[in-house]
Amino acid sequence: MPSYTLKINGQSMTVDVDADTPLLWVLRDHLNLTGTKYGCGIAQCGACTVHVEDVAMRSCSLPVSAVGDAPVTTIEGLSANGDHPVQEAWKEHDVPQCGYCQAGQIMSAVAFLNNSPNPTDADIDAGMQGNLCRCGTYNRIKSAIKTAAGK
Amino acid sequence: MTIVKTKINRRSFFKTSVIAGGGMMLGFNWLTACMPEDKTKKMLELPSEWYDINAFLKIGNNGVVTIQSPNPEIGQNVKTSMPMIVAEELDVNWDMVIVEQAPYNPDAFSRQVAGGSQSIRKSWDGLRKAGATARHMLVLAAANRWGVDPAECKTAAGIITNASGESLSYGDVASEAGLLEVPEEVSLKEVSDFSIIGTPRGNVDMDKIITGKPLFGIDTRREGMVYAVAMRPPAFGQKLSSFDDTQARLINGVSDVLQFGDKIAVLANSTWAAMKGKKALKAQWEEASPAENTEKHNEEMLALLDKKAETPLRKDGDVEKAFAEADEVVERIYEAPFLPHNCMEPMNFFADVREDAVEMYGPIQTPAWTRQRLAQLLERDESEISIGMSRMGGGFGRRLYGDFALEAAEISKLAKKPVQLVYSREDDMEAGTYRPASKYKIQASLKDGKITGYKLTEAAVNSNMYDLIPNFFPAGAFENYQVEAHTLESNITTGAWRAPYTNFLASAENSFFDELAEQMGVDVVQQRLDLLEKAKPAAESDDRIQYSPARMQEVIKLVTEKAGWGKKSGVHQGFSAYYSHNTHVAEVAEVEMQNGTPIVKKVYCAVDCGIVVNPLGAKNQAEGGVVDGIGHALYGQMQFEAGKPMAGNFDKFRLIRMPEAPQVEVFFVESDVAPTGLGEPTLPPAGGAVANALYKAMDKRFYKQPYFAEIEMLG
Repeated sequence: MPSYTLKINGQSMTVDVDADTPLLWVLRDHLNLTGTKYGCGIAQCGACTVHVEDVAMRSCSLPVSAVGDAPVTTIEGLSANGDHPVQEAWKEHDVPQCGYCQAGQIMSAVAFLNNSPNPTDADIDAGMQGNLCRCGTYNRIKSAIKTAAGK
Repeated sequence: MTIVKTKINRRSFFKTSVIAGGGMMLGFNWLTACMPEDKTKKMLELPSEWYDINAFLKIGNNGVVTIQSPNPEIGQNVKTSMPMIVAEELDVNWDMVIVEQAPYNPDAFSRQVAGGSQSIRKSWDGLRKAGATARHMLVLAAANRWGVDPAECKTAAGIITNASGESLSYGDVASEAGLLEVPEEVSLKEVSDFSIIGTPRGNVDMDKIITGKPLFGIDTRREGMVYAVAMRPPAFGQKLSSFDDTQARLINGVSDVLQFGDKIAVLANSTWAAMKGKKALKAQWEEASPAENTEKHNEEMLALLDKKAETPLRKDGDVEKAFAEADEVVERIYEAPFLPHNCMEPMNFFADVREDAVEMYGPIQTPAWTRQRLAQLLERDESEISIGMSRMGGGFGRRLYGDFALEAAEISKLAKKPVQLVYSREDDMEAGTYRPASKYKIQASLKDGKITGYKLTEAAVNSNMYDLIPNFFPAGAFENYQVEAHTLESNITTGAWRAPYTNFLASAENSFFDELAEQMGVDVVQQRLDLLEKAKPAAESDDRIQYSPARMQEVIKLVTEKAGWGKKSGVHQGFSAYYSHNTHVAEVAEVEMQNGTPIVKKVYCAVDCGIVVNPLGAKNQAEGGVVDGIGHALYGQMQFEAGKPMAGNFDKFRLIRMPEAPQVEVFFVESDVAPTGLGEPTLPPAGGAVANALYKAMDKRFYKQPYFAEIEMLG
């Protein structure tokens, strides 16, 4: 089996897995980083969103062999103390209900705000439409993104 | 101040002890610590005095309060709101309270179930009394130490003060309090003195959620655990005939392939390897019962709507006579499809079936029932089985059914290993237990400009509306009123789905009244207020009618005032109101047309759920219910061909996304009565509000969900 050395949350980690193994399952099952969630496996729900070179990617559809030496950031590595402005905004607006999709929502929101620091409502809709929330917390996600945008 | 008893006859519902290492522990029953007198008979039949203790309040000698909550958390925020109730009566600062999810207690007599929006309603009294009892005992311990009358002592923020100004913290006297007898009676606070209840408090698991800590069942990792994925019959009505696992066993990481019943499990060192192994399986299936399809279901259900039921679910007066004497009988049929639950966390469970014990862990709404069934399946004594409950990534009814836990146990038993069973999204969407498809025929007779009779007929797959639903509004509003229900038996499995039956029934009835009001030339809101007025005598005299016409009128007035009902131009408003789960809700939806496509821009939602324990969490629940209800009314579709579900993932099944989600404004009625359910009741009215707004925007009535299927056909 091939061996891959990945840069995850600033650390170098090596795994022996098949080349087609999605980054999601490498994180969850081989590296015990379970903050990144499985939702659909076909890049339709956004629960598995991570950053690869600061770009939001659906890790369920990204083979480990395609990651190379690009730095990967997961929810566990977003901030040292859970105090990234987006995480702070999530707290302020008490966004989660069941909470399962929220790591993916936060990772998408952070990447989105990096590209659109002063978004309109329509920008947020377009930027976040890839992330599903069955509990229906969209109103609060939008409010939290607006709060974080000012910081 | 309200004085309440802690004992019924000589039986106390509290038990105290001293914690090893210092501090006080108060055991109590989350649900029944303050049963009304008429419900006590059942309690007195319990074999053991302490049989029903299932929750604990611990006060450490450092003053930290730990509340063990027995109710599973599925996102309805009870893990935050329920301890708030205890903290209120205990008089401690919220930041001194730690909440722990209690494991399933095998000796508990309790409602350790999350479902039916009942958690808060059923535990309100018990929780208040537990907090008040502990406070009373701590005060007594302090008064004893000082040698003063406890009546001259006061508490605030976990500190006891006496008349001469001396003070002791709860932690200082907790060990002494643990030795005291439970008082016969304690006093509860007045609602007007509440300082925690009614104030916004953040989700207690917030930090863990936003930093990705392993909270959910699917995050379970144990020594020696293998991952399992199962292949199930691809169509309802099929069973396994044979399979070839040669290719599956060649996949890197796959360790075993096992048949259990009509299913095949692939075990591997990662979920991905197990999924790949499953794809490499070659299985043949045969018919066990005839394959069904949606078209045939539709024909059969429509035929059922024309049948006469032998026993109506409710019958007032003589509907047939009213219909015969009417100027006109208005009749409409409303239709809704099956729906999968689509919890964002797919079904999963951890099982370790060993010789000495069975350890189960995962997201489950019904630990007690699941343990009984596990005992039967594994032929083990219930006492050998433990079930730990994780946070749940959504439930919506799906996690009431422990089928996935039973599968995990079966696989672990065969594999003789600890196993985590994970459903792929396709497994989750295709394996069944759907909201049953349903249709309603609603008929109303008009004579001399008045509604003289009303008849509701339900046709639904596998089961029908239950309990008090036939007595919801408009029961009581009409002299001649009848509800009938018919079942279409199917091999497609069905179950509870957020607000069972009412999730669509409310859409149907609110759409019908909107159309009826238009035909009669009256405002639908005024008509509803008038009908509720008419229902008041029946609601007083008929125990089956549990909605309050007055409380319903109040939410309707509140929502129409906030929404500016009938006073706005440029937006199309739709009205809907419904009572369910003991909560009264009214909604106004606003639709705008953009490039020929209707957009639900805004929803005003007024709620009477009694005292709002945690407004922050309560608003979140109400907003989510509206968005979820609108999403499924507009887009939710699950059809069958030759027994096969036609959607298996989110590319085919459309869930509402952020651009389609309306802004929801929630208004709570000020109340001083005990709280009622909130996880479900804002969902049922949403579909009707949208259908009625769509009518105003598009001049077209919508009778079939999902509404967007028709909107897209119109182009």
